Amino acid sequence: MKKKSLALILCCSLFFSFLGACGANIGSGMGDHATEPATEEEKLTVVGFSQVGAESDWRSANTESMKSVFTAYNGYELIFDDAQQKQTNQIMAIRNFIQQEVDYIVLAPVTETGWDTVLQEAHDAGIPVIIVDRMVDVSDSRLFECWVGSNFELEARKMCEWLRWFCVKHNILAEDVYIADIQGTIGASAQIGRTEGLQKAAREYGWNIVATVEGEFTRAKGYEATQQLLLKYPKMNVVYCENDNEAFGAIEAIRDAGKQVGSDIKNGEIMVLSFDGVKPEALQDVLDDSISCIAECNPLHGPRVEAIIRKLQNGETPQKYEYVDEDVFSAYEEIENVIVDSKEYPITLVTPELIERRRAEYDTGSYVEELPDNVY
Amino acid sequence: MQKLKEKFKNISDTNLLLLITIVVFFLMYIGAVVFQGKGFLKPQTFFNILNANAALILLACGLSLVMITGSIDISVGGVTALVSMCCAVYLDYQGGNVFVSMLIALGIGLAFGLVQGILIAYLDIQPFIVTLAGMFFARGMTTIVHTNPFNVENPNFVALKETRVNVPGMGSVNKLGVYVPAYVELGVLVALLIVLALFFILRYTKLGRNFYAVGGNNQSALMLGINVKRTKFFAHLLCGVLAGIGGYVYFLHVGSGAPSHAQGAEMNAIASSIIGGTMLTGGVGNIIGTFFGVLSLSTIQNIVSSAGLDQAWWTGITIAAMLCLFLVIQSVVMARKKKQVKK
Repeated sequence: MKKKSLALILCCSLFFSFLGACGANIGSGMGDHATEPATEEEKLTVVGFSQVGAESDWRSANTESMKSVFTAYNGYELIFDDAQQKQTNQIMAIRNFIQQEVDYIVLAPVTETGWDTVLQEAHDAGIPVIIVDRMVDVSDSRLFECWVGSNFELEARKMCEWLRWFCVKHNILAEDVYIADIQGTIGASAQIGRTEGLQKAAREYGWNIVATVEGEFTRAKGYEATQQLLLKYPKMNVVYCENDNEAFGAIEAIRDAGKQVGSDIKNGEIMVLSFDGVKPEALQDVLDDSISCIAECNPLHGPRVEAIIRKLQNGETPQKYEYVDEDVFSAYEEIENVIVDSKEYPITLVTPELIERRRAEYDTGSYVEELPDNVY
Repeated sequence: MQKLKEKFKNISDTNLLLLITIVVFFLMYIGAVVFQGKGFLKPQTFFNILNANAALILLACGLSLVMITGSIDISVGGVTALVSMCCAVYLDYQGGNVFVSMLIALGIGLAFGLVQGILIAYLDIQPFIVTLAGMFFARGMTTIVHTNPFNVENPNFVALKETRVNVPGMGSVNKLGVYVPAYVELGVLVALLIVLALFFILRYTKLGRNFYAVGGNNQSALMLGINVKRTKFFAHLLCGVLAGIGGYVYFLHVGSGAPSHAQGAEMNAIASSIIGGTMLTGGVGNIIGTFFGVLSLSTIQNIVSSAGLDQAWWTGITIAAMLCLFLVIQSVVMARKKKQVKK
């Protein structure tokens, strides 16, 4: 009996010392701020950032970008919350931000719907909310200050324009194009926009979409889906992946099935198209002709969000919807630009130098070059 | 002192585990207040934990019931998603009224409880397999009902969703000088009521005692003349109904239908139950403990996220550590029981 209660007490003390160790860490973390002068401490702008999770390279780069901008050195304190793909976690995080009296809330929503109540709460508490990446679908657009992100449908349309011109230049008939669409997480803005863009283009140009399957933006799912598609649709010659991770999986699956990846679809190669272009590896794949074309989705939102916060602090009103500039990457010189909605978009030729520069950007989480003027 | 020792010796397993859970929760919360200050000092932070976890409390209560009878149910998360999707579709596309949507939620929960209960209790199929199938079925059906997530705009429902019970005197003024009121959502009241009701059922009714008897020892329960099959069936039926109600509370909290809703909720419910002192082997457990189990789980999540331990896996690791601790405590308690029996 005595032994058992001793064991029990030992267990408890072990656990609490563990907790205590955590607490000590937290304490020392706070201590870092305390070493700065008290006046400095007061000036720090507290930003609460609720991130979706860490499901893709794009997401990780997005997080990294925010973290690299909102540092104590730049006058910010960032409270980062990883929601692990759950909306309830995000609602909770925003409510906690309100209780912690942050100055600004940055939200990368996991889905578009279901935000009215909690954004109303933030609005009532007088805390401005900046939405990044995916859009929110709220009844009153005053509930958030502004939105920063990508035009996903435009990305898709640029990509489809590229594919059309590629077919034209290589004498491939529209009815010989068999596309499989590996979708992202169903309901995410990126998935909706990219799927829609493809569907419209396919109707317009007469391409065949042989299958539309879910890939959840992950490499594993992309591999699995492609593997099944290859068995089911031997005619398929274009795999339209809605992000890079899916594309990596697709390339692997095609190679494992003993087929060739590449742009020469006339001679039995299977073309992989992809979005994001975050990791330098993805661009390397473009250079190697494993991925034929990538429509970029820019994850480096940190500097833009910071610019907006500075504007808000100066009492200015930022633009409500801010689309980030995005490139299209390909290794084919023959297509120099594409036209969508009578606007011209240049195609960036992938070169080893470009990949080097990208690698530097990816490592630091922010732009090596100055941001273009129109962003500010 | 001697008396206290005597009392400690005579305390039942259920109560001992409950005591440990409650003590751990309070110590954790006090720790959070001391190390984190700011947010945790405000009552609303605590209410937020309740608001966010009302549904989980209900699901965990259902799981405690089946776990007390020595069974398991992993379909509750799927049922939650299915309930919110069906109610959302009904309210938005059929222009339905809120009361009927509640009946739909109850109906779905009841149906799952009924079918799974019959399969497990009367056909004697492994509960894990049955409810695994139930989970897949519910998740699949959710996507069939509607694929894309969407907001419910039915005005009656929105009004119900926005209904809040303000807790007077608990609000606070933030640094902008805005008064932020303290409140709980309707779902929290539902959850609290059901926790109390279940507590009394387990403690004072024959059915409640039967749950413990069946989970404690199947054979001796049978010899005592307890209808073991019916008791097991009832546990699963109740768990299904609670999943239905929990699903509706979840739906009321997020106000939208989506196939990804309540992903992994069943695992959180099991974890909360265990932290709350319910034993997987059956026969031991307490609803109040489960309630505190949910709170502990959520407090950990809160602490981890507001501590700036930004990688989400820290939450997982701390929860794992906590589960380990409680499992060890449970086995210690079991050893204590065995020794007593020997004596």
